[in-house]
Amino acid sequence: MKFIYTFLIVINILNFNLLKADEIKTENEIAKNLRCLICQGQSVYDSDSEFAISLKLVIKNKIQQGMSEEEIYSFLKMKYGEWILYDPVFNKNTYFLWLLPILIFLVGGAIITRKFYYKK
Amino acid sequence: MKSKFISLILILIFIITFLIFYKGLKNSNIYTPNTNLEKEVPSFELKSFENDSIIISEKIFENNNYYFMNIWASWCIPCKVEHEFLMKLKNNEKIKLIGLNYKDNFKNASSFLNDLGNPYDLIVSDRDGTASIEWGAYGVPESFLIFQSKIIKRFIGPIKNEDLLEIQKLIR
Repeated sequence: MKFIYTFLIVINILNFNLLKADEIKTENEIAKNLRCLICQGQSVYDSDSEFAISLKLVIKNKIQQGMSEEEIYSFLKMKYGEWILYDPVFNKNTYFLWLLPILIFLVGGAIITRKFYYKK
Repeated sequence: MKSKFISLILILIFIITFLIFYKGLKNSNIYTPNTNLEKEVPSFELKSFENDSIIISEKIFENNNYYFMNIWASWCIPCKVEHEFLMKLKNNEKIKLIGLNYKDNFKNASSFLNDLGNPYDLIVSDRDGTASIEWGAYGVPESFLIFQSKIIKRFIGPIKNEDLLEIQKLIR
């Protein structure tokens, strides 16, 4: 009986650890996708500024409250604007940025096909 | 004909790249938030500075009163610079000053107020800095002018004399 009891406790603790590990993982993932506003060229994850430390704490609290990753991003976007996100959203200011690689790819592909097939 | 076409395209690409970089050169990449946005006051629950009683934001901001919310800390040197202007603002009866003590300890903060004077009607303390994030703040000092539970003006960095004049103009 005692053995089962201890076994259950151990299982419980292990489970709890897994949950915690998951939380920390998403926490870090979110922090890596955020720009530290007062330290140029650093993510919130990398920075140890007062702002970044607080922001990491906020993310942790929000996850514990059950907010999803997307919800946290939109919350921060509302507070600080789009500049805080490293991943720019597709809109009229950024469509050039998003479409340029595809455009270059297509042009390159066109040049290659011309060279290889039309010469024959 | 073909080589002419290729060189034309190359020149075009060069010009476009040049224009993009030239335009980007003038853009500031330092974060500058919008200071005139009318936003609702975020709600918070914070501990009072003097004792551990909890203060709820809904109870602070009454409708027909101007409030000046100032985020400060004793370790912040620009806060010392703006302090004299806050003391001047205190004399204005139409406005209530609320201090948000940011990541500070009680001992340093209270000796800061003893030395320079206390301009605030109410001080709440934000030990871990999470409430300041709700306000969209990213450093100290930062201030918000509030009327009817809306932020009507935001001041980043220390308050200057011009800011003081602007506040007095706005609350007249």
